[in-house]
Amino acid sequence: MALISQKEVEHVAQLARLELTDAEKTSFAEQLSHILTYVDQVQGVSTEGVPLTSSVAIDKTVLREDTPRECLALEKTLANAPESHDGFFVVPKILGK
Amino acid sequence: MSLFKLTLQELQEKFTCGEVSAVEIARSYLLRLNQVEPKIKAYITLTPKDALLQQAKTIDDGLRAWRKTQPLMAMPLGIKDNICTEGIRTTCGSRMLENFVPPYDASVMGGLRTHQPLILGKTNLDEFAMGSSTEHSAFGPSRNPWNQKYIPGGSSGGSAAAVAADECVAALGSDTGGSIRQPAACCGVVGFKPTYGRVSRYGLIAFASSLDQIGPITKTVTDAAILLNAIAGFDPMDSTSANREVPDFTKSVKKKDVKKLVVGVPREYFSEGLDPEVSESVQAAIQVLQELGGKIQEVTLPSTERAIATYYLLATAEASSNLARYDGVKYGFRAKESRELAEMYRSTRSQGFGPEVKRRIMLGTYALSAGYYEAYYGKAQAVRTLIRRDFDAVFKDVDLLVSPVMPTPAFQLGERLDDPLQMYLSDIYTIPASLSGLPAISVPCGFSAMGLPIGLQLVGRPFEESTVLRAAYAYEQATNWRTKRPVIRS
Repeated sequence: MALISQKEVEHVAQLARLELTDAEKTSFAEQLSHILTYVDQVQGVSTEGVPLTSSVAIDKTVLREDTPRECLALEKTLANAPESHDGFFVVPKILGK
Repeated sequence: MSLFKLTLQELQEKFTCGEVSAVEIARSYLLRLNQVEPKIKAYITLTPKDALLQQAKTIDDGLRAWRKTQPLMAMPLGIKDNICTEGIRTTCGSRMLENFVPPYDASVMGGLRTHQPLILGKTNLDEFAMGSSTEHSAFGPSRNPWNQKYIPGGSSGGSAAAVAADECVAALGSDTGGSIRQPAACCGVVGFKPTYGRVSRYGLIAFASSLDQIGPITKTVTDAAILLNAIAGFDPMDSTSANREVPDFTKSVKKKDVKKLVVGVPREYFSEGLDPEVSESVQAAIQVLQELGGKIQEVTLPSTERAIATYYLLATAEASSNLARYDGVKYGFRAKESRELAEMYRSTRSQGFGPEVKRRIMLGTYALSAGYYEAYYGKAQAVRTLIRRDFDAVFKDVDLLVSPVMPTPAFQLGERLDDPLQMYLSDIYTIPASLSGLPAISVPCGFSAMGLPIGLQLVGRPFEESTVLRAAYAYEQATNWRTKRPVIRS
């Protein structure tokens, strides 16, 4: 049933920006294989020529006029930031060594 | 009689005519919360006592000069903790947002606040609304008021438990694959998921955007209509919001029959895996609908068996994308002592998210990744179309569909935690309506031998909430389930 290997789990975790412990890698490989084996049943459904549903919204997406309007004040926007300085979000160094 | 035992409609009548004040209502609920909240754990955040009494006093004072009330004025409400409330911590049941205080209100809150309700607090949920039991909340599970060893359902389990335990008169929940209807069924209350687009999602913390919808959890069908009136309507802030006229939903809860309505019974919802007690209660309810003048007709929704697989591919794919925003930069948790940005992202997300959220992000990322996108995400989108077509076809002949809400009554805390797939499978009857964006309600229709509530689901055509409410009301009035209340033992 090993549909998804530990190596694939590591690759997907990298894509999702998650760092997994060895125990998590093992349990996710097992659980995701189990779930994927189940969801694989959609492969057997004949869908030739069937359009895709990405949304069930009745109306088409409406765009508003591209005009300036009031937005959240800077102070409020930064209120929840883990770190900010002088109106900016502060992050650790972007480029590694 | 204690005020907290009343329905929204009853309490509203007493308040409107001046028989009770907002302060009296607040005091009654504070007492009740004090008694039962330590056992039920329905809330993540409670409004502090003094702040609540102050709100109540402001309402009373404001009415002194000119007594003009609003339908929800002074009504004590619980709000699911994935709905942003300006100035009130909104955690989404996650460590990631443990200290997040939204700088703005969700559109539904803006609408509600014009009524001046009493917001009692923010109710518990599975982390990011991912789960069917509240056991995935980072703040611990809520308990089923009917039996505290059992789950209250999820993900809006805190809202449903709070309503059932008289810890608020009504609550807001959100439903992605059954998260309003399933906990309502588990707790013996009414839960209504409106049509996708009927209620604005702006300020509802996103899980799966093509499925998420806010709706009421209440003691009665009439209460659900009253609360829906206050939150429904077009919102330019939500691009999927429907620009449609909103009827007065309380007009749908007058007639006590279902004459001229054709009620479809989908064969696939009564097959293998359905608990005999649930089946019996739902069959008896169908009998009642027939006696009320409904024409009962068996129908078939052949793609039902594919619904769970389809849902768990689409919902996790959307979740993996939506939850990419939790990066420790703009708000929410940030892991300490990261030396560079990429490391900070990984540590933040690994420490901030719980196991179920990680599992779903992993599944969704996998389904969207190169080489698997067509086979999983694309395929599931096509199967979703087939599921919708099933409904389109049957709704040519029937006005409503009737079914169980979940295959069993509530299960025990801890029973399914080790088997994620088993937990997912309990959503089989609620997911198809979610995938199709249809309005669907859960109303109490009986009890198991263990004394746990059983729910009846009614599903209608898009934007025909009124028909769903009408039938649910007629059924509710013809039966006595709503009069049975849980006894919360210490």
